[in-house]
Amino acid sequence: MDTGFIIEKFILVAVIFGISLVIAMYSTYAERKVAAYLQDRLGPDRAGPFGILQPLADGVKMFMKEEIIPSTSNKWLFIVGPGLALLCACIGTAVIPWGSPMEIGGKIVPLQVADINVGVLYIFGVVSLGVYGVMIGGWASNNKYSLLSAIRAASQNISYEIAMGLSIIALLLMTNTLSLKEIVDQQHGWRWNVLYQPLGFLIFMVCSFAETNRAPFDLPECETELIGGYHTEYSSMKLGFYLFAEYINMFVSSAVMATLYFGGYNYPGMDYMATLLGPTWAPLFGVGVFFVKIVFFIFFFMWVRWTIPRFRYDQLMNLGWKGLIPLAIANIIITGIVIAIIEKF
Amino acid sequence: MNHNHPVFTDNDPQSELVTLNLGPTHPATHGVFQNVLQLDGERIVSGVSTIGYIHRAFEKIAEHRPFYQITPLTDRLNYCSSPINNMGWHMTVEKLLNIQMPKRVDYLRVIIMELSRIADHIICNTIIGQDTGATTTFLYLFQFREHIYEIFEEVCGARLTTNIGRIGGFERDFNEIAFAKINKFLKEFPVALKEFENLLTRNRIFIDRTAGVAEVTQETALEYSWTGPLLRATGVDYDVRVSDPYSSYQDFDFEVPVGTSGDIYDRYLVRNEEMWQSVRIIEQALVKLKTEEKGIFHADVPEFYLPPKQEVYNNMEALIYHFKIVMGEIDAPKAEVYHAVEGGNGELGFYLINDGGRTPYRLHFRRPSFINYQMFAPMSEGMLLSDAIINMSSMNIIAGELDA
Repeated sequence: MDTGFIIEKFILVAVIFGISLVIAMYSTYAERKVAAYLQDRLGPDRAGPFGILQPLADGVKMFMKEEIIPSTSNKWLFIVGPGLALLCACIGTAVIPWGSPMEIGGKIVPLQVADINVGVLYIFGVVSLGVYGVMIGGWASNNKYSLLSAIRAASQNISYEIAMGLSIIALLLMTNTLSLKEIVDQQHGWRWNVLYQPLGFLIFMVCSFAETNRAPFDLPECETELIGGYHTEYSSMKLGFYLFAEYINMFVSSAVMATLYFGGYNYPGMDYMATLLGPTWAPLFGVGVFFVKIVFFIFFFMWVRWTIPRFRYDQLMNLGWKGLIPLAIANIIITGIVIAIIEKF
Repeated sequence: MNHNHPVFTDNDPQSELVTLNLGPTHPATHGVFQNVLQLDGERIVSGVSTIGYIHRAFEKIAEHRPFYQITPLTDRLNYCSSPINNMGWHMTVEKLLNIQMPKRVDYLRVIIMELSRIADHIICNTIIGQDTGATTTFLYLFQFREHIYEIFEEVCGARLTTNIGRIGGFERDFNEIAFAKINKFLKEFPVALKEFENLLTRNRIFIDRTAGVAEVTQETALEYSWTGPLLRATGVDYDVRVSDPYSSYQDFDFEVPVGTSGDIYDRYLVRNEEMWQSVRIIEQALVKLKTEEKGIFHADVPEFYLPPKQEVYNNMEALIYHFKIVMGEIDAPKAEVYHAVEGGNGELGFYLINDGGRTPYRLHFRRPSFINYQMFAPMSEGMLLSDAIINMSSMNIIAGELDA
């Protein structure tokens, strides 16, 4: 393994990490602006022009606040909780292909940190780990509201992971690979998977909402019932970590949705653009297209949050077990039959 | 069942129940009151309500104040619709003193009372939206509460705790700006209310959350002396404005909406429809005002109506009446009166015993929140925590009115 490879990957990791943090930061700003727009308000507009420095101000505030660790909590787990949440959120970006390989100074650089052949499973594993941050934090707080929230989060995530996994199986039947890079490359131009798997996409999207604890599935942190949910007892940057993790999760979920179903960095007319822009700039343009898709999904997340009420706990479970899982299984069967027929003839 | 002593089972290692203190400071209580709940998972096994956190002994304070000084106390009962409380109190004293009000004053009062009913219902219904997670609906309609407060500000100078009017009428006439604002409100509010209803009334998640939750039968509601929108949601068409009209409500044409099952969805629908009816009443009142003689804003009862300050300084009679009223030296008959108005949450009654002294011998407020709330703990048994919380929001428990 040569040094150049390590440096190249190191730079890529740093850039992707930085971008996810910036996106998460500005998602908080965007959330407030979108909410304001939907509610006939102005939103934050004090810090800098149009309030664009608001996330920085919030960050400074979070760091400067007094840190309170309840005396009745399990101190070690109390600290591990938010760290784990943020860690799991951040490492999800490792397998996402951001663009087609790019030529820099005669050298081909893949715009993906790790093209592992079980990329989809990796994403699932990391996302499932994320709930431990919430669970540990909620349990270690030694607060009944936090505990209730942790229980809700755990059961909700487990239930929806099943439906999510089943919806992906139908997709994998089509693609025959678990590598995200290959899945994206198969969707060249207009051959986006959403056109072949609309039901699968719908189920996957609903489950992503549940996995990221966003409305209408934000039961673990619904403020009117559980005060702050699992982060009731948290203050200072530990609280910041939880909030940040939520936005990074949203970013990763959007990226995964765009990768699996909306062609990632593929767009109609990309072959023409490749000849027009050359091997250096065309991939970058693809990255831009990918980010447009991601931003659209992030906006969609916010749009939904500020439009509809949230479910009740048992209704959420009903939807997951009685609605989405049977639908996902039906989707697998239909996909399997169609593939079998196509291969037969 | 020892309702006064909540049982804390935390120390019992055999117990599978969890004791949860919902309140006194919890975002869902919208005020300071506590519920000690026993939870089995998310299901409430039993609950005990603790009230009195902001008890301010208003009834006792009222025994030491002349009549006109009691108005500010009534402000602080249901502070979401203070003018109804103020006018209810004024009308009680007028009943005691046997003052006949000019029609124009009645109509002006009706306008103010219906506006505050709208403000009260806006709070309750939008809070149901907020507690089910639909924050946007909350902010859409809440803006109009602000417009109502601007009207109050124009009429009396205050917004929340209004202390509006006087015994015997209003302190001053409505000015042109006030009428302009009322007309503007009547034009804009129905549009926003329609939009609000479009967002929630047929919303699948909202219906799932509210329909069939916390159902109450007519018998139970009557046994617990429920009044107002909560009682009407169960199907009993009791409205003080119709059954015992005051302030010339008999002149108006409006309907009393009733529900069928008394669940949260019905309460929401009843309150929404009442807002539409209130708009109708205000429109009729504005039309009726055109035929009345202009400039009359109080009854001609100088011995009971606090004179304007500029007259006190220039006019001897006014000075004498001012002194007598301020010192509580008015000739009030020895009598007991009960007067009830339809408040935002139900029948708001004032039971006044006067022994001829400077201050009431006894004054009792019939506070609908207090009476409605008695059913909350028994109702919550067997409910999910989430349901109990939106049940509380739909009862519109105002801590000021609960504790007095």
